[in-house]
Amino acid sequence: MSASLLYALAGVVLCGIGLFGFITLAHLLRKLLAFNLIGSGVFLALVGLAQRHGEPDPVPQALVLTGIVVAIAATALAVVLIRRYFHLSGLTTLKPEIREDRAE
Amino acid sequence: MRRSVGTCAVAGVCLAFVITLALAVLDVAETPAQVDLPGLLSESMGKSGVEHPVTAVLLNFRSYDTLLEIGVLVIAGIAGISVSRTTSLEDPELRTTDTLLYALQRWFVPLMLVLAGYLLWAGADRPGGAFQAGAVLAATGVMMRLGGIPMDFLRPGTLLRLGLALGFAVFLLIALASAIGGGAFLAYPPAVAKQLIVLIETVLTLSIAMVLLALFVSAPVNRAEEPGEGESP
Repeated sequence: MSASLLYALAGVVLCGIGLFGFITLAHLLRKLLAFNLIGSGVFLALVGLAQRHGEPDPVPQALVLTGIVVAIAATALAVVLIRRYFHLSGLTTLKPEIREDRAE
Repeated sequence: MRRSVGTCAVAGVCLAFVITLALAVLDVAETPAQVDLPGLLSESMGKSGVEHPVTAVLLNFRSYDTLLEIGVLVIAGIAGISVSRTTSLEDPELRTTDTLLYALQRWFVPLMLVLAGYLLWAGADRPGGAFQAGAVLAATGVMMRLGGIPMDFLRPGTLLRLGLALGFAVFLLIALASAIGGGAFLAYPPAVAKQLIVLIETVLTLSIAMVLLALFVSAPVNRAEEPGEGESP
């Protein structure tokens, strides 16, 4: 197994961890972090797979760079919306009953 | 108890997802690529106007992606500043009288501005480019805001909105100009490709920095200024 394939597989594992967190975590900020973890996993898999012949391939690198910038902007917008939601409703989760469930 | 069973089920589904994805990745890794993309790229590097392959892909061969990306960024920035009411990018509450902090900032801000300029220029032949430079520029703005340096010149309103839209507008204009001139959409004339790319990168840097800074500034909600739900603004 080459090092670049290891990167791709690590990206796959990150995707899995992110998916698990995205489904199970209730707090919206944690959901956002988990979602970003999925995105990072995709980027890592893309870059890792593209350089499996030794030479890094600039085309996927450019695509990932574009993706990173969009992900940053989307994350910042999500934080703005979460802050606004918290300000309006006083909740950090989408469903109020989940929070009570957590307190038990 | 029911909760832990649910978590286990989700963990099982995620594990199955990881295994399927890993098998797919291994399968992709074994099949040879049908198109030799790096070879194609190095053949046409001479036509791109820049020397660094990633910059050539971003701003010439796949500039459509970059155009749509800055479009997404502008939409995110405008959505960000429209959900909160910020009177100024500078927060009077954050204004500092700490002389050490102020002195450090007076050293760092020009340094970071120079670094942003260097990254922008370096994009032509080594790692760097509009996005890295924009990120450094936005970080400079964030530092100035947190450190309390007055930034009255950056008020939300016409100027900020113009700054947000500048990169996208110039990029689209160049793309349309080449289409009207008889070429394909986004195909630069090879003679002025370098100049056009530098122009696009410069305006993109400004716009990206503006978008990121605007999103950073609009994230906190000031309770005193914001109307609550149901209240009239």
